Parts: sequence; C-alpha cells; structure tokens
Amino acid sequence: MKNNISANENTADIKKKSFLSDNTREKLRIYWYKFSRNKFSILGLCIVLISIFLAVFAPVIAPYPQHVKEFVDYDKAGLPPCASYIFGTDVFGRDIFTRVIFSFRGALLMSVIVLAIAVPVGVLLGLIAGYYSGTWIDVIIMRITDVFLALPPMILALAIAAVLKPNLTSSMIAVTVMWWPWYTRLVYGMATSLSKEYFVKNAELIGASKPYILFHEILPNCLSPIFTKMALDVGWVILIGAALSFVGLGEQPPTPAFGQMISDGARYMPDLWWMTIFPALAIAFIILGFNFFGDGIRDMLDRGR
Amino acid sequence: MENTLLDIKNLKVWYRTYKGYAKVVDGINLFVNKGEKVGLVGESGCGKTTTMKTVLRVLDSKVATVPEGEILFKNRDILKMKYNELQQVRKQSISMISQEPTAALNPVFTVGSQIMDIIRYSEQYKDYSKSEMLSLAVKTIKDVLIPDPERILNSYPHQLSGGMKQRICIAMALVTPRELLIADEPGTALDVTVQDQIHKLLKALVEEKKMSLIMITHSLGVARELSDRIYVMYAGNIVEVAQTKELFKNPLHPYTLGLMECVPRLYGGGISEGIYGYIPDYINPPAGCRFYPRCPSAMEICEKEKPPTVSVSEDHKVACFKYH
Amino acid sequence: MLKYIIKRLFQGIFVVIGISILIFIISRVVPGDPARMALGPRAPQFAVDELRKEMNLDKPLPVQYYYWFKGVIKGDFGKSLNTKRPVITDVKEFLPATLELALLSGFLFIIFATIIGLLSAQYRDTWVDGLTRILSYVGIAIPSFVVAVLLLLIFGYLWPVIPTLGRLSSNITPPPTITGLITVDSLITGNFAAFFDALKHLILPAIALAIGPLFQEARILRSALIDNINKEYISVVTGYGLPKGVIMRKHLLKPSFIPVVSVMGLDFASLMGNAFLVESIFNWPGLSRYGINAMLNKDLNAISAVIIIYGVIFLIVNIIVDLIIAWLDPRIRLGGE
Repeated sequence: MKNNISANENTADIKKKSFLSDNTREKLRIYWYKFSRNKFSILGLCIVLISIFLAVFAPVIAPYPQHVKEFVDYDKAGLPPCASYIFGTDVFGRDIFTRVIFSFRGALLMSVIVLAIAVPVGVLLGLIAGYYSGTWIDVIIMRITDVFLALPPMILALAIAAVLKPNLTSSMIAVTVMWWPWYTRLVYGMATSLSKEYFVKNAELIGASKPYILFHEILPNCLSPIFTKMALDVGWVILIGAALSFVGLGEQPPTPAFGQMISDGARYMPDLWWMTIFPALAIAFIILGFNFFGDGIRDMLDRGR
Repeated sequence: MENTLLDIKNLKVWYRTYKGYAKVVDGINLFVNKGEKVGLVGESGCGKTTTMKTVLRVLDSKVATVPEGEILFKNRDILKMKYNELQQVRKQSISMISQEPTAALNPVFTVGSQIMDIIRYSEQYKDYSKSEMLSLAVKTIKDVLIPDPERILNSYPHQLSGGMKQRICIAMALVTPRELLIADEPGTALDVTVQDQIHKLLKALVEEKKMSLIMITHSLGVARELSDRIYVMYAGNIVEVAQTKELFKNPLHPYTLGLMECVPRLYGGGISEGIYGYIPDYINPPAGCRFYPRCPSAMEICEKEKPPTVSVSEDHKVACFKYH
Repeated sequence: MLKYIIKRLFQGIFVVIGISILIFIISRVVPGDPARMALGPRAPQFAVDELRKEMNLDKPLPVQYYYWFKGVIKGDFGKSLNTKRPVITDVKEFLPATLELALLSGFLFIIFATIIGLLSAQYRDTWVDGLTRILSYVGIAIPSFVVAVLLLLIFGYLWPVIPTLGRLSSNITPPPTITGLITVDSLITGNFAAFFDALKHLILPAIALAIGPLFQEARILRSALIDNINKEYISVVTGYGLPKGVIMRKHLLKPSFIPVVSVMGLDFASLMGNAFLVESIFNWPGLSRYGINAMLNKDLNAISAVIIIYGVIFLIVNIIVDLIIAWLDPRIRLGGE
C-alpha cells in the first residue's frame, strides 16, 4: 500500500525525470500506460494544457485586450463571426473571443484558489477526525461536516454568495465553504481504517509524534483518491462558478465571465446567437477537458488491473 | 477413443496485458474418459483454472484469447460451437465448482434463488412446477449434507460459513445431472478438517452419480486421494502424466519430484525445502523448458529447446530431456 | 428494518437542527443588521430600533436563535421583503410547481439512465456504446442552464411546437387545486386538455434538469455492470448455461444498481440546485425561482425559508435512497460480516 506514495508523480514529469533510476522509470512508464490507455485522457490532458495556456497568456493572445474593460464601439456592435472577430461581437461591439479567453482566466483562477483553500482544510479535518475516530473530536468535526453535506451544494453556494456583496471574491468564498466537507468525508473514511493498520500502530509504539503519524503515515496513503477528486473537481468548480455568475452573483461586468456572458447573450436570442453559443461551447470544452483528464488520473492511480 | 469424454488438444490461452501477451496456457494435451477421475496438479498461477474456464468458455473474451488448440467434448469442438450448442453443453454436460465459494455466490440473492435459477433454466427440469423445483432444490441441499435445508435456501451468502458456501457450490454443480464435474481446488479457502469433509463428500457424490471428475489442486496428496490419473502442470505445460499409483511409485519429472518433497511426511527428513524460485514470467517465458531456471538437474539443451513428450510406458508420459 | 428507519429519522432531526443553525448564521449573522436590511437604508433610526426589538435582535445570539427557531418550527419565517406577504404563504403557493418539476425530471433520469446504462453495457464497444458515451460527455459538459437556454432557443424561436414559458397556456382553465401538481389535479378531475397542456409545459424544463444526472447515472451503471461482469458469480452462472438476458437483467443488474442508487441522492441534489437557474429561465413559477429572486434582492427571510425547505426535502430524499439501498443489499439490511 505504501508503494503508492509516488502516486503524485505527474505524467508531465516523465521526460524531466527520465534520468532517474530504472525502478522509478518503470513506475512512470506504468502510470503513463495506464493514463494513456484511454485516448480521451490524452485529449483531456491537451485541453487542460490549452486552457492553462490561454489563461496564463490571455493578455498576449487576446486580439482586443481592451474589450474586457469599459468599452463601447457601437459601429462594430452585434457583428456575426468574421475574420477580425472570429466569435463575433456583442451589443457593445466587444470581441467575444477576447472575452471568452479572459473568462478562462477567471474560471481557472477561481478553481485554483477554491481548491487551494478547500482541499487542505478538508483533508486536515478529515485526517484528524479519522485518526481520532470515536472520540469527541471526531463527533464535532463530522457532525459539522454532515450539516454542510446535508444541503444541496449549489443551493448552499447561492445562499452564501447572496448574503455577501456580489463579486468574484464572494463567489469564491461561497464555493470554498461548500467544497471542503466533501474532502473531509473522503479522507475521514480512509483515515479511520488506516489508523487501525499495523504500520500506524507500529509508528505509535515507537513513539512517533501525532503530526508525523498524520502526515507521514496516513496522508500518503490517502493521496490517490484526493488527487483524482481534485482533477475532476476543477471542472465542477468552474461549473458552479458559471452558475453563480449566470444569476448575477459572481464576477460583475464589465469583467467577463462565462455565466454572465451566457445570460447576457440569452436576451438577444436568436439574432445574436454567437453571444451565447461561444461562451457555452467554451464552458463545455473546459469541463469536458478536466473530466477526461480526471478520468485519466483515476485510471492512472487505480491500483487494480 | 469411444470412451473419451473430453479431449483437450494443444490448447493455448493468452491474456492481453500492457506489456504484451501473457502465454499462460502453452499447448497442453489432456483427456478424460467416461467415469474417470483425473487430477490436475500444479502450484498456484500455473494455468490450471484458466484451462478449465476455457473449457466452459467463461473467460472474459476481451482479455483472454485462444490462438490455437481444440477442446473436443464427445468429438465436438467446444471452441467452435455456436451459442446455442454451447449452452446445451453448459446446461447438461459439464459443470464447474469454483475455487472461491464466497466470490462464486451472488451477494444480493438468496441461496435458494440462485439454485432455483439453475433448475428453471435447465433442460431436464424446465417444465417442473414451482413446488417440484423447490423440492428438488431441498433434496440437492440435503445431498451435500446440510441440515435444515429450508432455512439455508432462504439465507443470503453472507449469513453462511465458508464450509456451508462450499457445499452450496457443490450442490449447484450437482443439482442437474452432468457427465463431467470440474472441481477447482474446492475447500482451499477452508480449514483442513472441513476441507477433508468436502473432499470425501465430493468423491462419494461423483462415484454415486458415475460422473467424470477433473480435480484441480495444488497438492499431490489431495490428487492421490481423489483421482485415478494425475496430470502435473507447470507454467502452462503438462510436464508429466501417469496413473496415480504409477506416478507415486515412479515419479520422473524433476518438478513432480519437487512437489513430492513438499508433502510433509511422518518419518524421514521432515518437511523439505520445496522448490526453489518462482513461476516464470509468462510474457517472456524461457525459450526452452519453462522449468529450466528452477530445475535441479538442468542441462545445457534445456535452456534452448522445448523438451519433447516421451512415453515411458503406455500411460506414463513425461516432458523432459532427462528421459529423451 | 424498522429499527434502521427509526435510527435514520432520529439522525435526520439532528441534521435539521444543524442546518437551522447554519442558516441562522448565514441569514442573521453574516449580512450585518437584518433590521436595517429589512427597512432599507433610508428608514429612520427609531424605526430600525423598534424592529430590532421586535425581532429580538437586541438579545444575545443564542437567545435570538431560540426565538427564530421556535418560529421556524411553527412555519413562521417572517415576512418577505419582495412580496410583502408572510413567507410561508409564498412557499405554499410556489412549492407544488417545483415538486412537480423535480418529480418528473427525477422520474425521467431514473428510467432513461437505466435503459441507457444497460444498453451501453450490453453492446459494449459497439456503436451503441460509443454513441451513449459521446452523449454522456455532452450531458456532463453542458451545464443544465445552458441546456435550458438552448432549448429555449430551439423551441422558443426556431421550432415553436412546445410552449416554453410558465405552467399552463392562458386559454386553458386550470384544474381546481387538490395536490397543487397541475398534472395530477387535472388527471383526478378528468381534465385531459389541461393535463396534456401542463405536461407540454413541464417537459422542457424537466429535460434541462434531467439530462446531466441522466448520463452520469448511465455511465455509473454501465461501469458497475462491466465491473460485475468479471465477477466470479457471473462466470459461475454463465457456466451453468443461464440465458444471457436473464444473467443481464437479474444477476447483473441488481448488484450493479447499488452504486447507482447511492449516487442518485447526490444527483437529486444537483437537480435541485440547477432548478434555481432552470426555473428562472423558463419562468416556472416554483420555489426555486422565488428563491433566486429573494437572493438577488437580499430577502433574507425568504432565503432562509427556501434553504431550510430544500434541506428537509434533500434529507427525505437521502433517507429514501438509503432505504432503497438497504432493500437492494441484504448485507446492509441484515447486517453480518
């Protein structure tokens, strides 16, 4: 079981680490084989890389970076897709393509920040509750977790975003608050059973400190499911973020966001269809990409077969 | 030849893996006569179960392929049968008892429901009324010496002990009459006393019903008790075959000798060290004899060439250069 | 079994109390001064103070919670800022429409997920499987609010054969309210014109809500079926010559359904969440649209009422899901190993 500690070796590391020992190379080869067995996983990896590339280099790639701020050019308003505006323009004459690319940026930034906060918090609480299972610490942590899990996630996020000021930060807070309990519950189950294993008992017997046991003995054995869930969750965070901004509880205009662009565009259906269709396709593209990628990670880290 | 029930000829079975094909069964020949009890002996992972699952064609066709060979059942090749014909063989002629009784029973149905399904879809009893089917199920359960059959029929597998589940598996294999029973290490998962009861029960039932038996086991001792003739299998090859008495009197192949050493004895040298090493890699097996890397009496030729099968006497064959 | 149900209900009570504390924090503590928010920024200070006293806001938080929760249990959520009516009256008016929609889409996704999952497992690696796989990816990738917008585009402008807005056409007399579900009420009273009209109005939002969970469930069922195909007990019954169809429908489907059912609760949650967007898009007069309007206007009493009601509904759904699992899986029902 403990051999899987190196499970976090990303497939992207393969070339970089090829000077490593034969044993490590063999392991990476198996990971890559498992990951690439499904062609969709490779497609997902490509989409993920493209999305990250677009998000990072948005100001350089976008043809009209000024169109993400207050900008009006009624002469060019409502143009259908053409050579200079490949996704067309909206009712203010802004380039949809530029705004879609900047939406990638906001969406990815949101998932990175949300997961960067929610995952450590959730995992830590799950580890503690699992290790101390059966004590009052377990009861308190897990009952609170249960309450958060007892509400449909999107509704909880909407409610929290609603009572805060409507902006990107609030929507991130809202999504973070609803997201951590899922990791707590995931890790809790694993930590409970792992803390009964002999290697943990042994560490206790030789007097290892509690943090050492939590982070060096239990955590490494929980990593595969955590990484799999994270890869899949990036897409879901983007989806919930888009839903929040769709109803007006996310990023505020003029800064573009997928949901907001779709809801704006819906008002001009069907004449200015490109205002809705292209952001919708972009969302589908990114969610699909992270789903394929996440499935690939799951195949890769799966111990069976 | 009239007397031959099952005749496996040069059968090969390969599994797909990420490194290439694992050649798990490598051209074996095996036959069973009517009413004969045959033992198939070899250590875990040498292809015994794979061979026998191929006979019923229950291996996942996405993973396992049969590149070569014939499995003649009453002179018809099972591997070439159409679905309907194959179903007839499965329903009336051959049944197999699985190695793992816990895995072999569906956890979400009662034992009774699973036995009743076999009766309901059998050739012989499909026209029975529900109560007739039920009494047949009860009778079969009684046959495998389980008290209180009505209660057992209404139980789910997880409520029964391992020995009970093994008996249920035997009952399932015997509920409709068959000509050949394949028993895949029954009782391996159980403790020794229960195992012994299961073997005795199996022997009694097979003899009573005049069936043929293929007993898969990793223990020569069990095979000696339950079979008339023994095939010794190593890494996908049959290395030696002989009548049980002959094999124990005059074991020839170094692997057979090694297996004999493994049987603990009351006097003599005590428990021996067994055979050194492990089963070879099936993806790139040794070019010559597959036992070569572990063989105590290996010769130069063994590394390069496959040993031919030599007939020592009429029924005693061995695949080894020592006797060439 | 009875003991199991009682235990689940008992746990449910604690969860509801937990939810109420959470909602109390979200709606009363986080936003600042609820009295000021209720009256608006231009109200005079004395009026705000008066209201604070009336709402028990001058007392310590636990006491405030006590009074608030006592009201909630009696169905008293206070007045809605938007409609100027007691929230409970609004809830009674809007809840049936949401229930009707949720029930139909739940029904749709369970039925079609089963059929599609079975088909794609049975015809694994053929074009059937390929098609359902592609559709499942489409279903996962396109969020339900986008599906709703697209359906609106297709049936609202391009091919207007199905009505896209509201619950009933204006030329149809609505049936008397018995259950509040128009389809059921019209069936009871034998008003088939109203029934079919209501069904037509229901179908688009129901599809928009069902399509995501549908394909996800189908995928889970497919992979559970394929996992179980390699189980020893399936090769055993195959070896006994049981017909393929029987093995598929009986021996394979029942154990494979267990993981599907356990995800169904979660899918129902996402369905309820998506209803917030889909109801607004189709102008469906349900509790979710009411909730969204409340959220956009910071109508805190209405928000907390809607969330508590959805919390309770989700809890009931989860209990039902657990009971179905216990019914499917004797290892859970009867205990043991």
